[in-house]
Amino acid sequence: MYEGVVQDLIDELGQLPGIGPKSAQRIAFHLLQADGADVQRLITALAEVKEKVAFCTMCGNIAQATLCRICADPRRDGQAICVVEEPKDVVAIERTGEFRGRYHVLGGAISPMDGIGPEQLRVAELMSRLASGEVVEIILATDPNIEGEATAAYLARQLKPFGLRVTRLASGLPVGGDLEYADEVTLGRAFEGRRLIDA
Amino acid sequence: MPTYRDQAIVLRTHKLAEADRIITVLARERGKIRVVAKGVRRTKSRFGARLEPGMIVDLQCYEGRNLDTVTQAESIASYGDQIARDYRAYTSLATVLETADRLTEERAPALQQYLLLQGALAALAGCTHDASLVLDAYLLRALAIGGYAPSFFDCAQCGDPGPQLAFNVSSGGSVCPSCRRPGSVAPNRATLDLLGALLVGDWDIADASLPQHRREGNGITAAYVQWHLERGLRSLPHVEREPHVEKLPLATGFTT
Repeated sequence: MYEGVVQDLIDELGQLPGIGPKSAQRIAFHLLQADGADVQRLITALAEVKEKVAFCTMCGNIAQATLCRICADPRRDGQAICVVEEPKDVVAIERTGEFRGRYHVLGGAISPMDGIGPEQLRVAELMSRLASGEVVEIILATDPNIEGEATAAYLARQLKPFGLRVTRLASGLPVGGDLEYADEVTLGRAFEGRRLIDA
Repeated sequence: MPTYRDQAIVLRTHKLAEADRIITVLARERGKIRVVAKGVRRTKSRFGARLEPGMIVDLQCYEGRNLDTVTQAESIASYGDQIARDYRAYTSLATVLETADRLTEERAPALQQYLLLQGALAALAGCTHDASLVLDAYLLRALAIGGYAPSFFDCAQCGDPGPQLAFNVSSGGSVCPSCRRPGSVAPNRATLDLLGALLVGDWDIADASLPQHRREGNGITAAYVQWHLERGLRSLPHVEREPHVEKLPLATGFTT
């Protein structure tokens, strides 16, 4: 136990995800020894992130205005919406450079055991975005785990009456891996989603 | 470091650190155990897909001070993956797994619960019966194994031979007129017959039951489970009991 404010700092840092007591102590002592200007920049960044960052009213992504930069960008294709669980997934897909449409962040996946059903997610907001009639394709990019698959199955069922093209991200073998190490579920899905090669 | 192997059904998972998970499994010989699966959230994980809820795996772990760690996992049956493609079955699966988690104690062998759970997963994945009936059959039988077997014929209090007309959750099932307490209900006889059939696995009667009796049976089963587990099941309100009926979207201006 340390005195006063040092212990307070360690306790606060220990509240962060993935930071245990030892890590909290190490970060606290790093901050104590760091240059005052560096610490001030960190303080400013923390204050600003709480003050300025909100969620996009259209897609639910992280934004610094009413709309996020993707929804506000007129060059993005408004005909395709990629549905993801978290804002982190938007960043992951943007890194690929393959998708030029817009996003919709659900805010999680359906997980009845955690008390999360469709009503707790931004499903109704997704449906209301389809009212304009501009959207022609919905890409379901929820995580390839059981909750993500069930969420995709639920959304596909809800979207069916709209007559849109509803697609699901392919699952299969990771690039750079060995076939013999692939598990049955992944390999099975790779077979399901196999594609024709033009010779 | 001592290692062991066991067949196990994955009940639930929790995120741990950067890419790990804590996996709660019901093992055939060891009962409920919590194990750490390292790196399973990475896309290149060798056994991440095998350690999803509803999967049955042949597990190898090494014993740790608090939690054991998975070193190998081989698939025995990928029921979870099959069930997740049908949203209605998935909501039943969640309640089945949550109930199994609640009815078993850590490191206390529970072979009967394991076998029952295995059967429920196979039935949900195989779509051999309506998912809602499979769920009710599982809940009633899991409670019976746990020592809370309901009576749907004779009086649960005094043993007076049935059929009895009233049903009381806190009394343990059907009750005779003299044992009937406030809060008792008088369900349709066909509903009690359906529940009795589900309890003993008479699927001919269960499959032939009418929707209104199934609905009434759902309510009685849910009330019975919630009462005996003392704490409500979080997944139960999310169970989709009725088959999905497609509706035209009102938002796009269509009219129904």
